[in-house]
Amino acid sequence: MNYDLSAVLILILPLISFIGLSLFGKRIKPELSGLIGSVVLVATAVLSLFVAYGYFFDFGKLDGAYVKHIAFQFSWLQFNENLSIDLGLVLDPISVMMLLVITFVSAMVHIYSMNYMHGEERFTMYYAYLSLFTFSMLGLVVSVNLFQMYMFWELVGVSSFLLIGFYFTKPSAIAAAKKAFIVTRFADLGFLIGILMLSFGAKTLDFFVLIERLTATGSPYLAGFTSTTFMGLSTLSWALLLVFAGGAGKSAMFPLHIWLPDAMEGPTPVSALIHAATMVVAGVFLVARLFHVFAVSAPDALSIIAYIGAFTAMFAAVIACTQTDIKRVLAYSTISQIAFMMFALGVAGWGEGQNEGFTASMFHLFTHAFFKALLFLGAGAVIHAVHSNEMKDMGGLRKALPITHVTFLLACLAIAGIPPFAGFFSKEAILSSAFEHNKIIFYVGLITSGITAFYMFRLYFRIFWNKAPHADGHNHEGHTWSMNIPLIILSLGAVFAGLIPFGSFISADGKAIELPFHLMFSIAPVLIGVTAILLAWALYGKKSELPAKLSASIAFLYQSAYHKFYIDEIYLFVTKKILFNLIGRPAAWFDRTIVNGMINATASGTVSVSESIKGMQSGRLQTYAMFFLGGILMLAALLVIKFM
Amino acid sequence: MEHVPLAHVLILSTILFFLGIYGFFSRRNLITMLMSIELILNSVNINFVAFNKYVYPHQLEGVFFTLFIITIAAAEVSISIAIIINLYRRFNTIDIEDTKNMKF
Repeated sequence: MNYDLSAVLILILPLISFIGLSLFGKRIKPELSGLIGSVVLVATAVLSLFVAYGYFFDFGKLDGAYVKHIAFQFSWLQFNENLSIDLGLVLDPISVMMLLVITFVSAMVHIYSMNYMHGEERFTMYYAYLSLFTFSMLGLVVSVNLFQMYMFWELVGVSSFLLIGFYFTKPSAIAAAKKAFIVTRFADLGFLIGILMLSFGAKTLDFFVLIERLTATGSPYLAGFTSTTFMGLSTLSWALLLVFAGGAGKSAMFPLHIWLPDAMEGPTPVSALIHAATMVVAGVFLVARLFHVFAVSAPDALSIIAYIGAFTAMFAAVIACTQTDIKRVLAYSTISQIAFMMFALGVAGWGEGQNEGFTASMFHLFTHAFFKALLFLGAGAVIHAVHSNEMKDMGGLRKALPITHVTFLLACLAIAGIPPFAGFFSKEAILSSAFEHNKIIFYVGLITSGITAFYMFRLYFRIFWNKAPHADGHNHEGHTWSMNIPLIILSLGAVFAGLIPFGSFISADGKAIELPFHLMFSIAPVLIGVTAILLAWALYGKKSELPAKLSASIAFLYQSAYHKFYIDEIYLFVTKKILFNLIGRPAAWFDRTIVNGMINATASGTVSVSESIKGMQSGRLQTYAMFFLGGILMLAALLVIKFM
Repeated sequence: MEHVPLAHVLILSTILFFLGIYGFFSRRNLITMLMSIELILNSVNINFVAFNKYVYPHQLEGVFFTLFIITIAAAEVSISIAIIINLYRRFNTIDIEDTKNMKF
């Protein structure tokens, strides 16, 4: 079996599953459709393991560096001999890594959902949507050109919308789905403009041609692009920043992060797959895909990304400390972790010794997928057991849910960056590359990783320790293997994924690099992490009045963090009060009075004219004859005048 | 040979024509109106014959045209009578004032 065919199959299988389930889903039993979806995804995961093995150990290397490999490509729209839109499938280190992550997490989520979503009314459609999402996400990462990526980007947005609004009888779910769609669409507007600018400047849509044209020294395309500036940034930087705006929308960077916490209205496995492990890292992937251009030709844009990332990381982490809905805590934690990846890309540069930030970012993406999916699935198991999202309904669950408890603890340790778990290595790499390139961002990252440890263990202690809220205990449902096995497999990933020598596989230029790892350097983050965990234990390990007192003593900060720093309110103010009143209302007025008025005036004019002349049709034969005669006489008079 | 000048014939046909017009507009009886139309047609016939005779004496188009008009007038009369009979069956009258249902 050859690698190219398997790569194509990876993409096609989920699509077939989606089409099959949505067309014929009504005729088969829901259990069977869940099984079909899961089997297809497991097969896809195995195929992508196979492809990854082949790429990394067999055919991917050329002269000691990994190079791109086009598995499949055809010209889809040919506009003229220079401009065409291709569809294709490219294998390079980051896309192969993403294939692995997506198919693996997706397979886990498919299996998990068989139990979690059991008995749902639209069970089959749920699986169809999951397959659609998996297909579009896979298509996104293997795109050969910007336009193909944009199409899959939107497909991903649609399937995310469908899955967030899966419980469409709940108004909050509908609102959340709409919010997610509108916010990301708004960001995608920037992405589209960025694509148009980039392709206009480079005269191509193909990623690799575009990267080559915009990075080579003395390239005419690059010169034309950077010669004009606007507000101190070159046109190229603006184009790349617009592209980043699209990425920021999907990856929930400040200030476009508002949709992600609300997206938790969707089913929990969906949150695990889409809003933690795969879709939200699409923005990071996008920046990584164009990283060469960013690093070489627009370092100013890259440093803006670094600052946005660092700010978002801190900002989301602070909010996460105050939330009481466990899924929202995880959502803010996701925003914060993705911001880590983003600023890791931001501090990286091009060339020897500069680009470990790139590898660190991809490494963190990889490990984060495991432990964040695990955290969400674990939270899902908890929610499944206590039928509530709120922390106050939980406590002391470690005996009732032993497997969930252990795996959740492993994931918390991993995200807190405690050695030797996965998160430790990737976060270490990010922090050390930040340390070398930008001290401010390093300190922000350091403090944030401490806050991360604090809020994760606040969550952990609140759920599994503390005191049960009800003396009689809960109605614990037994979790079957289909929920426990994904937890166990993912926890293996959370424990061991960090041991992979990531630098030898993935780097910005394809050459193997050594990720910096200093024992002395890692003392500070680990110490901070452990302190934060102990603090969380002191506050939340047992039932006490301490947290309430503490939050009362910093009431202002606590309240504003609890209300997510009023970002939603600001958005509402801007949209409802300002945009609505200044643009919406005048537009509506214009539409109602001017546009409708013109149409109505035409109609009423026609009516009144016909009212006034309809009397001519009197039904009297002699009147008609009179008109006829009059006409004839007039014609005769005309003729007489003309020929006299 | 020209005992009657052309102008006299034309005056006759004009008088006949306007008599027909007058009858068509002033009568309320459909049969009378039909007769008025025949008057109009005949005035036209006279015109044709007169012009043929006085302007192009060696040709026959005017005369032939007259023959055609007489034929068509006969056909027209038969259709008109049929319409009038139908009207009569429906309205029990052939007065034009009572049959003005076809209006807005």
